[in-house]
Amino acid sequence: MAAEKFSNPVVRWVDHRLPIFSMLDHEKYDYPVPKNLNYFWNFGVLAGMALVIMIVTGIVLAMNYTAHVDHAFSSVERIMRDVNHGWLIRYIHMNTASFFFIVVYIHIFRGLYYGSYKAPRELLWMLGVVIFLLMMATAFMGYVLPWGQMSFWGATVITNLFSAIPFVGESIVTFLWGGFSVDNPTLNRFFSLHYLMPFVIAGVVVLHIIALHRFGSNNPIGIDAKGPQDTISFHPYYTIKDMVGVAMFLLLLAVAVFFFPNAMGHPDNYIPANPMQTPAHIVPEWYFLPFYAILRAVPDKLGGVLLMFAAIFVLFVLPWLDRSPVRSARFRPMFRIFFWLLFIDCIALGYLGGKPAEGIYVLLSRIATGWYFLHFLVLLPMLSIFETTKPLPKSISEPVLATAKGVA
Amino acid sequence: MRRVLIAAAVACLAAVGLSTPVLAAGAGSVKLQAGEWSFAGPFGYFDKGAMQRGFQVYREVCAGCHGMEYIAFRNLADLGYNEAEIKAIAAEYEVMDGPDDEGEMFMRPARPADLMPTPYRNDNEARANNNGALPPDLSLIAKARANGADYLYSLILGYDEAPADVEVPDGMYYNSAYSGNLIAMPQPIYGDDVEYTDGAPSTPEGLASDLTHFLMWAAEPKMEIRKRIGVAAVFFLSIFLIMSYLAKRRVWAEIH
Repeated sequence: MAAEKFSNPVVRWVDHRLPIFSMLDHEKYDYPVPKNLNYFWNFGVLAGMALVIMIVTGIVLAMNYTAHVDHAFSSVERIMRDVNHGWLIRYIHMNTASFFFIVVYIHIFRGLYYGSYKAPRELLWMLGVVIFLLMMATAFMGYVLPWGQMSFWGATVITNLFSAIPFVGESIVTFLWGGFSVDNPTLNRFFSLHYLMPFVIAGVVVLHIIALHRFGSNNPIGIDAKGPQDTISFHPYYTIKDMVGVAMFLLLLAVAVFFFPNAMGHPDNYIPANPMQTPAHIVPEWYFLPFYAILRAVPDKLGGVLLMFAAIFVLFVLPWLDRSPVRSARFRPMFRIFFWLLFIDCIALGYLGGKPAEGIYVLLSRIATGWYFLHFLVLLPMLSIFETTKPLPKSISEPVLATAKGVA
Repeated sequence: MRRVLIAAAVACLAAVGLSTPVLAAGAGSVKLQAGEWSFAGPFGYFDKGAMQRGFQVYREVCAGCHGMEYIAFRNLADLGYNEAEIKAIAAEYEVMDGPDDEGEMFMRPARPADLMPTPYRNDNEARANNNGALPPDLSLIAKARANGADYLYSLILGYDEAPADVEVPDGMYYNSAYSGNLIAMPQPIYGDDVEYTDGAPSTPEGLASDLTHFLMWAAEPKMEIRKRIGVAAVFFLSIFLIMSYLAKRRVWAEIH
């Protein structure tokens, strides 16, 4: 039956034996999507595109890169100077890494605002947190590969965190390094894993999408689609809407790649790694700064490490911390205020992570860290009990039509 | 509403973008003077005359202590030299080659494909000849320092009398642009250090500016083509964005 949908006889022949065309067709036309998604629902597609860009440019870079402490830095310079358009490939790879995190952070905050983590989408959300963790590991190892000063010292600082684990910490660090300091074996295994991890991410992305398609997208109102009047087909409506987002993404990426290619990096990473000379300030890449601030907010090393991991782990259990049956912040006046406070708090943590851990910055980091956990562990459970939510619309169509009239 | 959301997203991007240069700021009372750079901005280009003069300054003033290990003579084509000129410049240098048929290493005049020889064989020799200080390689220096061009320009011109409360140890010099203000490099440029053949002013500012120009090129030799492609890419993608948006409006017209 499915095969008869296609007029092309070759497509029909293939589809009869291998129904990929039916599957694509199903996703394009039959998969119902709420009709009221705003542009924040572009960011999943954008993240997927960033992953593809990273993998494609990364494979080309790997063809020209040498994972050896004596040659890594100069092989990157060779890419920048002598490989045809190597500078372009590398700058795209570098900047798309940052854009990937920008996109994913917006994607996460969108989920937080509209309650996309709530039943029945808990697993979808948790898979997303897994992807986020894998991304952080991948990005960290990728930053080590050019073997500049920040590569080396960032790797030293971060791997040393594991030494805080009681009893086995030192052994774990030796195991990670493949020796007794960050050295050639470390670089080799980081290169190997940096090549592997994106494909693991791609695998989890497939699971993420399967979980998404079980119940479909959440939407800005946060109520389930009641029937065909509330939904539209993915194609052409969301393919074209995603294209607008893609165009905007590529435009901003092009501005970064072509005019500010090093703005999101650190100048010290153009100095070859030198184990004998510590940089004045060791800072991780900007996308790790909020977590770095949490790490340094605790005077105890183990405590800092635990708290940093807890900051991510708390996202795993978020669906059970926020028990409010109302998903969207639109109908949760108190939650909305605290959402924006959390947003400001995260920006503040990012700012503080880039500052030296001294004076007022330490105190502010502690306050901001405290607020982060207070939000998830105390405020959200309490809001679920005490907040008076606004009445929900009866269906998606109702307010959609209402706004349409209002605008006209 | 939609526009508000987009504006918010753009604001987030901008906030992230702006927050990063803060990290690069070093410690100490550092004063930078801003130079006028032809390579700044989206239509920036390298001034070939300035680069050739800067190369001359590098050769006659800096190269005694600082190498440029990633620059080959053939790269000098970017400065506007033709093949014969590059061959002539390369031939002024000797490089080690070999082993020959007898297994011996030997010296020969450099060819365009050779990398520029560095003044010292290794870091230890460099330190031994410079009071224990290591003169950094200059191939990437303009990218390896925050605000590279302005920083280098200010550093070269930043030598000054130390204020009364600053004690300058032997073998160190006071420099207002250097982090911590004490630098091991003696003042390299006083004005008229080299003889320009094109009549350009050889004032300290002129020499520092030309040298910075050359070093910026050395660190980022593909900048011109990068910006040229960038202008085309941004133009194309802007059109693509507008077309996508119009197409989207048209497709969605039947829904709203």
